[in-house]
Amino acid sequence: MNIAVRPPAAQFDVEKIRADFPILTQTVRGKKLVFLDSAASAQKPRAVIAAMSNAMETQYANVHRGLHWMSERTSDAYESVRDQVAALLNAPSRDEIVFTKNSTEAINLVAHSFGRNLLRPGQSVLITEMEHHANIVPWQMLRDATGIKLRVAPITDAGELDMEGFAAALAHRDVGLVAVTHMSNVLGTYNPIERIAKMAHAAGARVLVDGSQAVVHRAVDVQALGADFYVFTGHKLYGPTGVGVLWARRELLEAMPPFLGGGDMITSVSFEKTTFADVPHKFEAGTPAILEVIGLGAAIDYVNAIGFDAIAAHEASLTEHALSRFAKIDGLNVVGRAQDRGGVISFTMEGAHAHDIATLLDRNGIAVRAGQHCAEPLMRRLGLTSTARASFGIYTTEQEIDFLGDTLVRVRSFFQ
Amino acid sequence: MSFEDVRDLYQDVILDRSRNPRHMRSMEIFDAEAKGDNPMCGDRIELRLKFSNDGRVEDAAFQARGCAISLASADLMAEVARGHDAAELRALAGAFNTLAKTGEAPVRSPAMENLKVLAGVSEYPSRIKCATLPWSALMAALDQAVEVQNP
Repeated sequence: MNIAVRPPAAQFDVEKIRADFPILTQTVRGKKLVFLDSAASAQKPRAVIAAMSNAMETQYANVHRGLHWMSERTSDAYESVRDQVAALLNAPSRDEIVFTKNSTEAINLVAHSFGRNLLRPGQSVLITEMEHHANIVPWQMLRDATGIKLRVAPITDAGELDMEGFAAALAHRDVGLVAVTHMSNVLGTYNPIERIAKMAHAAGARVLVDGSQAVVHRAVDVQALGADFYVFTGHKLYGPTGVGVLWARRELLEAMPPFLGGGDMITSVSFEKTTFADVPHKFEAGTPAILEVIGLGAAIDYVNAIGFDAIAAHEASLTEHALSRFAKIDGLNVVGRAQDRGGVISFTMEGAHAHDIATLLDRNGIAVRAGQHCAEPLMRRLGLTSTARASFGIYTTEQEIDFLGDTLVRVRSFFQ
Repeated sequence: MSFEDVRDLYQDVILDRSRNPRHMRSMEIFDAEAKGDNPMCGDRIELRLKFSNDGRVEDAAFQARGCAISLASADLMAEVARGHDAAELRALAGAFNTLAKTGEAPVRSPAMENLKVLAGVSEYPSRIKCATLPWSALMAALDQAVEVQNP
C-alpha cells in the first residue's frame, strides 16, 4: 500500500528543487542565470521534459481514434491528465475540463461560445482595471460584434480591486458576466474571488476567473471560490507551452455551442448535419496538444509532490524578503501595495527606465521583465509607461533576491 | 564589481544625452511633425521639424518618454539632422539602421561619426528598436513634409 505523506513546509528544500530544473545550471553572458521571470513563463523540471520525450520515444499515437494499442495507451495518458486537472482545481467532474492552447484561447472560447450565445444584447461584461490584455481584448471583440457592453471596475491606488466601484458597476443590473483575474500579473494582487463571486451571483452574473498567475502559487478550489469559469495555462505551471485549461460548470458547457469545428468534437457528420460530441470533447476540435497535455500532467504531479502549502509558504517568505530588501533601495518604488499579494513585484526606479534596468540586470545574469506587461490600461491607470518586474517561482532563492537587490543598488548609482 | 561590461552600450555620451537632452524642447512653429510609438514598452516620441527655403532641416526638436537609449538616439538624431535635406536624411536613416543592427557603419560621414556611439546596441537585439524608433518618426515626418509640398 502506498501512503502519500505531504512534507511540511519546513522540509521545503529549494536546492533539491533547483536540481530538478536543468536550465538553472546555465550561465548567461558569462554569469550564473538568476531567473526572475517565471510569471511570464516558468522553467521546466526534468520530470516534465522526461514525460514528453518518453511519450515520443515509447508511447505515442493520435488520441480517441485508433483501435490499436498505441492509440489506446496514448488516449489513456491524455485522458488521465483531465482527471489530474479536475483534482488540481477541485472541479466536481472531469467532464468539465476542456484543454485549450492557453489561457487566452480559453477566454476567447468563453467570449465566443458563452458571450455570443448566452449573453443577451443590452447585457454587459464587467472586467477590472488590472486585467491582462487576454482578459480585455476578447470582450472588446465580443462588444464590437454583438453590441454587448463592456464595463470596467476601478482599482484603488494600492492596486486592489475597488469593491465599492465593483458593487456600483454591478448595480447597473445589466452585468451578465464578471471576468476578473485571480492574481494580477503586474501588481501581484490576489483578488477576493469568493466575495466577488457572491456579489456577482447576487446580481445575476456569471464569473470567469483568469487563474494564469494564481494557479501556480496557491491551491485553487473552484467550488470554494464560487467561480463559473476558471482558466489557466500550462507553461506558467512548470509545464509546456501550447496547453491551457478551461474549467466551466457542466450546465454552462452543455448550453454553449462549440468554439471550433472539426474532428474529435462530433458524434456524426453528414453533409446536411453534424451532431456534436458531449462535453468536454465538443470543445476540443482537431488533434489536441497530446504531448503537451502529457507534460502538463507531469507538471501537476511535480507541484503536488512538493505541495501547495509548502509552495505558498516559500513564495510568501520570498516576497516578504524582497519587499523589505526593496524598501531599503533609494529611489526604488514598488508598484502595488495589496494586502493579499503573491510573488510578482513590479517596480520603477527614479532616473532609470525599466528597459535600462532590465538590460543592466541581464548583463549580470538576472532575467526580469520590463515594459507594459500586456496590461496597457493598467499602466495608464497607474500613470506609468513601463515597469520592471521580478517574479518568483518554486526554485527562487533568497540569495537570488539579495543579488537582485545588490545589483539594483548599482543600477541606481549607474544612472544617477 | 561595476557595470564596465555594459559600457559598450551605455557610453558616457549616451548617459549624458539621456540625462540632459539638448533638443528635447517645444517648437511652436514647425513645418512637419510625426509621432513614433512602441506599444510594447510604452516609449513614445513626438518630433517636429522646421525647414529652410532650400528644403534642408533648419531645426529639429522632440518631446519623448523612453529609455536612455531612445532618448539619446533622438537627441543625436535631432542634432545631426540639421543642414540635411530629405534625401540625405533617408540615406542616413538607412545607414543608421544598419549601424544599429550590425554595429558597423556602412558609410563614413561626419553625421555617422556622431551616431557611432550607438553601435553597441547591436549586441542587444531587444534594444535595437529603442535606438531606431526616433528615426522611424523622422521618416514619417519627412513623408508628411513631402505630402504638404505635393498635395
